[in-house]
Amino acid sequence: MEVRAESKGLVEFKDDKVFTWPTLVAKEFLAAIFVTVGLLFYSYVVDAPLRELSNPGQAENPAKAPWYFLGLQEALVYFDPWFAGVALPSLIIVGLILIPYLDVNPKGNGYYTLKERKFAVSVFVLGYIYWYVLVYIGTALRGPFWAFFWPWEKWTHDFPTPPPLHSMPLPLGIILMMGFYFAGLVLPAMINRDFFNKLGIVRYMLTMGLLLTMIGTVIKMVLRLSFSIKYIIATPWINI
Amino acid sequence: MKLIPDLIKKITDNEIWKSVFRHGYADTPRNRVLQIISNVWLHLHPAKVREHGTKIRFTWCMGGITFFIFLFETITGILLMFYYVPDVNRAYADIVDLMYVVPFGRFLRNSHRWGAHAMVITVSIHMLRVFLTGSYKPPRQFNWVIGVVLLVLTLLLSFTGYLLPWDQLGYWAITVGTNMARATPLLGHEGPFAYILGMRADNDIRFALLGGTTIGAPALLRAYVWHCIAIPVIASALMMMHFWRIRIDGGISGPL
Repeated sequence: MEVRAESKGLVEFKDDKVFTWPTLVAKEFLAAIFVTVGLLFYSYVVDAPLRELSNPGQAENPAKAPWYFLGLQEALVYFDPWFAGVALPSLIIVGLILIPYLDVNPKGNGYYTLKERKFAVSVFVLGYIYWYVLVYIGTALRGPFWAFFWPWEKWTHDFPTPPPLHSMPLPLGIILMMGFYFAGLVLPAMINRDFFNKLGIVRYMLTMGLLLTMIGTVIKMVLRLSFSIKYIIATPWINI
Repeated sequence: MKLIPDLIKKITDNEIWKSVFRHGYADTPRNRVLQIISNVWLHLHPAKVREHGTKIRFTWCMGGITFFIFLFETITGILLMFYYVPDVNRAYADIVDLMYVVPFGRFLRNSHRWGAHAMVITVSIHMLRVFLTGSYKPPRQFNWVIGVVLLVLTLLLSFTGYLLPWDQLGYWAITVGTNMARATPLLGHEGPFAYILGMRADNDIRFALLGGTTIGAPALLRAYVWHCIAIPVIASALMMMHFWRIRIDGGISGPL
């Protein structure tokens, strides 16, 4: 029995150690073999894509980024490039980096649990799924001119013209945007004081700000698809 | 089932074998420890690990597999470099040669390409696993940060490799990707508030990435150098820290 000092006092620490050789090394070795065999088999059966020589004068249609960026390219439908291509990925990276510093829940360190960290796990898993849903739509469901096609539809250039888009009046857009962030930041803190107190104001604002931005991208998509809203805030300098 | 022991005895219990290998391996605790600590590659591991850390249902083995694919990509990448010249007049022809002329060239290129995709997938599953086990919690916060940077580097490694075949697929994918840089606030010439810094097509951040206003010879060379040298070097340095921090931060995370 080993004793490990913890902030709450001494905790008995179970000694369940096993020899790395052969327990772990054997599994790693097997994993390496399976991965190699899998990769080589797949490479034998499926050829890597190679299209004709690059031609700056003839654009591919649709021109797609590598698949792992197609979620962001899909976001381009709903947002200007400065947001979908620069601000959004930067926010995702910063948000991921901040996770350990925002999550102050001491439970669930080193084991699987949903019950002890419902908020953290559900937000992360939903975000993870959201990312891959966008990747799937961008990869499989977008054809020429980035038009939407169901998997069972054939890609054609003959698709209905999308309805004309219109932006919200600027005052309404600003009120809605401020109202969204104001309500999203204030209401949860009022309803769940405990949640707010545990995080403290800085962590709370960062956590909810990032979460609201993620939810906000979904809301913008819904507004676009159901009400043909081009921008919520449209100014000569910046559009959202 | 005495077949295997019998076979081993037949192979090892004779003069020739014994002249090469002077003694066998005795499976003692001391030797199990020595196998790890006296081997330069294996001593990345501690001699003993907590039992759950060896369970695939806990680790999914995804971090290790990601590292293994990185090594796989390094080896296949070095072999590809023997045949590929990052010159706009040659690059595409070199890839066609690899596909049709070079012995095993097609196999080599295919496995490098699919390995790259596999690595993006495994690294993202690794991140999911680390999140679900709460392994970024104290004292491992900073190793998560290194991990996020490594995730981004994995995407950039794959992205820079995309242009190298110099075909329509890569050319237009990189066009779409780097056009985003044009829209960077302040730093891209079509981005919001770019006029403040006087950004033009020939001095903005996209120009710095491509070495030109369009994707041409400098962009291909830059993609090649980033892909083959710069990003792998940076990623290797961060991987060293990532693995070292696992040990320093108390080994693989687990329930207390």
